[in-house]
Amino acid sequence: MSENVLDLSVHELRRKLLQGQVTAADMVDAALKRIEALDGAIGAFITVDAEGARVAAEKVDRMVTEAVRSGDEKALPPLAGIPVALKDNICTRGLRTTASSRILESFVPPYSATVVEKLQSAGAIVVGKTNLDEFAMGSTTESSAFHTTRNPWDLERVPGGSSGGSAAAVAAGMASAAVGTDTGGSVRLPSAFCGTVGLKPTYARVSRYGVISYGSSLDCVGPIAGNVLDCAIMLGVMAGLDPRDATSSPEPVPDYVESARSGLDGLQGVRIGVPAEFFAPGIASGVRETVERTLHRLEEAGAELVDVSLPHVEYSVAVYYLVATAEASSNLARYDGVRYGLRAEGKDDVGSTIAASRTEGFGQEVQRRILLGSHALSAGNYAAYFDKAMRVRTLIRRDIEAALEKCDCFVSPTSSTTAFKIGEVRDPLAMYLQDIYTIVANLAGVPAISVPCGLHQGLPVGFQVFGPMFGEPTLFRVAAAVEQASAGEMRRPKLEVM
Amino acid sequence: MPAGTEYEVVVGMEVHAELATRSKVFCSCPVSFGAPPNTQTCPVCLGMPGALPMLNRRAVEFTIRAALALNCQITPFSKFFRKNYFYPDLAKGFQITQFDAPIGHDGWLDVEVDGEVKRIRIRRVHLEEETAKLTHAGDDIITAGNSLLDFNRSGIGLIEIVTEPDIRSAEEARAYLKKLRATLVAVGVSDCKLEEGSMRCEANISVRPKGSDKYGNLVELKNIASFRAVYRAIQYEAARQSQVLESGGVVRRETRHWDDAKGETAFMRSKEQAAEYCYFPEPDLMPLEISEEWVEEIRRGMPELPDARAARYMRDYGLNKEDAQQIAESKELWWFFEQTAAKADGPEVAKWLVGEISAAANASGVELSQSRLRPEHIAELISMMESGKISGKIAKSVFEDVWATGKAPADIVRERGLSQISDEGELRAIVRRVIEANPGPVQDFGAGKERAISFLVGQVMKESRGRANPQETNRILREELARAME
Amino acid sequence: MGYTVDDAKLLADRAKLRFSREQLEKATQELNDMIRYVDQLAHVDTEGVPPMSHPHSFANVWRDDEPKEGLSAEDALANAPDRHGQFFRVPRIIAGEEEG
Repeated sequence: MSENVLDLSVHELRRKLLQGQVTAADMVDAALKRIEALDGAIGAFITVDAEGARVAAEKVDRMVTEAVRSGDEKALPPLAGIPVALKDNICTRGLRTTASSRILESFVPPYSATVVEKLQSAGAIVVGKTNLDEFAMGSTTESSAFHTTRNPWDLERVPGGSSGGSAAAVAAGMASAAVGTDTGGSVRLPSAFCGTVGLKPTYARVSRYGVISYGSSLDCVGPIAGNVLDCAIMLGVMAGLDPRDATSSPEPVPDYVESARSGLDGLQGVRIGVPAEFFAPGIASGVRETVERTLHRLEEAGAELVDVSLPHVEYSVAVYYLVATAEASSNLARYDGVRYGLRAEGKDDVGSTIAASRTEGFGQEVQRRILLGSHALSAGNYAAYFDKAMRVRTLIRRDIEAALEKCDCFVSPTSSTTAFKIGEVRDPLAMYLQDIYTIVANLAGVPAISVPCGLHQGLPVGFQVFGPMFGEPTLFRVAAAVEQASAGEMRRPKLEVM
Repeated sequence: MPAGTEYEVVVGMEVHAELATRSKVFCSCPVSFGAPPNTQTCPVCLGMPGALPMLNRRAVEFTIRAALALNCQITPFSKFFRKNYFYPDLAKGFQITQFDAPIGHDGWLDVEVDGEVKRIRIRRVHLEEETAKLTHAGDDIITAGNSLLDFNRSGIGLIEIVTEPDIRSAEEARAYLKKLRATLVAVGVSDCKLEEGSMRCEANISVRPKGSDKYGNLVELKNIASFRAVYRAIQYEAARQSQVLESGGVVRRETRHWDDAKGETAFMRSKEQAAEYCYFPEPDLMPLEISEEWVEEIRRGMPELPDARAARYMRDYGLNKEDAQQIAESKELWWFFEQTAAKADGPEVAKWLVGEISAAANASGVELSQSRLRPEHIAELISMMESGKISGKIAKSVFEDVWATGKAPADIVRERGLSQISDEGELRAIVRRVIEANPGPVQDFGAGKERAISFLVGQVMKESRGRANPQETNRILREELARAME
Repeated sequence: MGYTVDDAKLLADRAKLRFSREQLEKATQELNDMIRYVDQLAHVDTEGVPPMSHPHSFANVWRDDEPKEGLSAEDALANAPDRHGQFFRVPRIIAGEEEG
């Protein structure tokens, strides 16, 4: 395949766009061609909006012409013409949004999520909607009701989840950047498995309006990009207060790009915490070596490594599965086949119709989590389960606050392994334990980023950086340094068709 | 129970009132009645995927106002919960409500029954959201082939007001409901129209042997849609439960439905198994911190409550207690009263309002505020009576025309030639004609039968078509009779 | 003390999910496995620790009482599985079913 303009980064594409070397139409064409060539094998997308993308590209190109003619390049929005992919649990007006569930298979939202409006008004072009674990409940994208997405680095392997389609799309160059959601690691884990940069922002940094809820107090919307700078550009566009999301933060949005750039000048004065619990036995040896090598390089770049401890982190998976499933059991109650979505045929009363619709419409994993959540919230179990989990959640948050008093950020592998084989993990509990390194950020609400730090046996290894609330600038700075330090070992996935 | 045991009914009431805010409580859709179906909705109140609630500040303010009017304590740290259950009118599969953190708690409302004041304690006042409107395509819920949903109502702000089980009779329940409605309307938080469903009432009813301090098994009664219904339903249910106990049975914990047409309650569902609502804090809304300053500001801006208004009318206008209370409990009446009493004698205005005017409104089914009657009309009528231009009887007849046509009373009096005859010459001529035509009664009067004079007055009235000034007629008649006797 | 198949059925009924006997047995086992796992929280001392229901602690997030136009009836009803004129339509309701 000829050279793909989408091999260029978002910031490089912008330069070329302003110099007239590339048009938005070229970028969209490149994305659509790549999707056509590769997505049959990868399965990153559920819906591709070729027509909508082309129309949007024409509009952007007129804007570019105008901006260039008037010499006012700043007037051109930051993501002009950039093809982006959206996880299919993010509502798009007039474009089918399924959450990878049969129950929403034909749902066409009459509104767009705030993050979509922000991206579109920044000039981004939505090329399609990407595959996920049904309702974002999973770590591999295998629980999608439609198909399994394959990892572009090895088609026999999972891309991670639940934002597996978004990470795979970026890794395979089918979009310049993508949006995912992260309730327990769903942006970071697929980023680690697919070699992309994925950020879970501070809770409420990015509006959740129009993003299909899973665990409301944990859900975050985050960017997935090919490099740290692009990820920072994306967050700058996506972040900010939203009058439609009562939980969104009024905190001003800083210049993340500048933070990312500063990471290239070394990490003098940065104290990086190394939690003992995150480097305990259980990490695959190749992953451990790659992460530790990176840590050493960060030290060489001027960072100070500090030992910290998160004593309650061992409970995080238990807390997470109670809180997330409890919230989910309630959030998923709206799918009753009354106003939209799948309605089962053949029942003559509304109660049976609702039950039949939900039973037909939800997959096994979703039903499993609804049951666990209903258990945790039942009046007789509330104190012992849901309330208890919320109290342990406080302890986990206190651990993180205490650790961050000794350091500016702390790190871990994003996952204990590299991408595993499709179908390899079958036991639900074993699957839940995949999230052990990522969940704490969601429980505490703090931001965390996964950045590739090298390859192990030809598969990417993710390096994770956690920061304090609204500490994204620190994360971008450290992640940029990681990226720089690992540049020698990283490359794009080799796809035979490419 | 031994025969002859006397039973007492114990009632607690749960009232829902729709808030009169301009927009819904968790989205910006307009609150408007009578709009075509599903034209006042958005992703939030339709419970669409990804939609999130955003609280309406005025809904909180109205809830605080209602709570203060009911003498409640205001919770400084309040929050919202999800009440999870499935029903097709519930868009999200849960209702946002307040569970154990109501905005108002521990208040009271005094009601008067048979001249005695009874204090009903208010347990809680909280804010929640309305469901969609469900209508059944068949005759009723049981035979309907299918049901239709209109989400215009979904998400309208609702306050729920729960009493302690302090009510001991159907009369008290009715008095409580009337007083509660008057109070909520007075503070402007709801229009409380029972017939239109913007105020709804459920009663928790049990009976026990009189003197017992234990509560009986609760029956929850739904579908009470009028003051008359609350009275009849509680009467019925108290009798039914007493009968069950008398015959040695056990009252089942259940929900029953009041059938107003049949005048009886019917079983809906058992409450033996507690409902499981899986309450938990609503993660999509932030908590409320209600400052003392804000509460004070709301308290200062509170409109006058019915009791205070009635007291003021008694003090400042000299109204009697019954009239003052009746007028103070209805915004329509007190508004009209104040407008009219600025130009006419207060007690006289009150007499008109609770008498002729209320009767005309009831009879015609037209509310006073929607009628053609204006305060100036009544002021003018009263002034014409006081100046002797028309009699009280004529005034009532003129009032009927004013009510029907909206014309000014003076114009009606002129057009119909109703002004009172006070002219001495004219009256004396009529009196003389009457004396001449009625020698019998004149003789009777002469023989000392004082009663004969009322017959003669009546004849003068008849002759003058009611227009003769009664006092003048009396005086002139006596003069002329005296002369005739000479 | 684990869930029996009947307990799990009650939980499923409340969540409006209908399982076959076989599915129910599997679900019961998975539920019990999960509950055994999360039961480790019982060992954590949370005496005096407040529950964290939310990552942020700000309060009073609200808007002014300004009505705004929402969806047209057509947009509102566009995804309806069944409608009658401008109404959503559902099959008949069996009296006595759970209601708030």
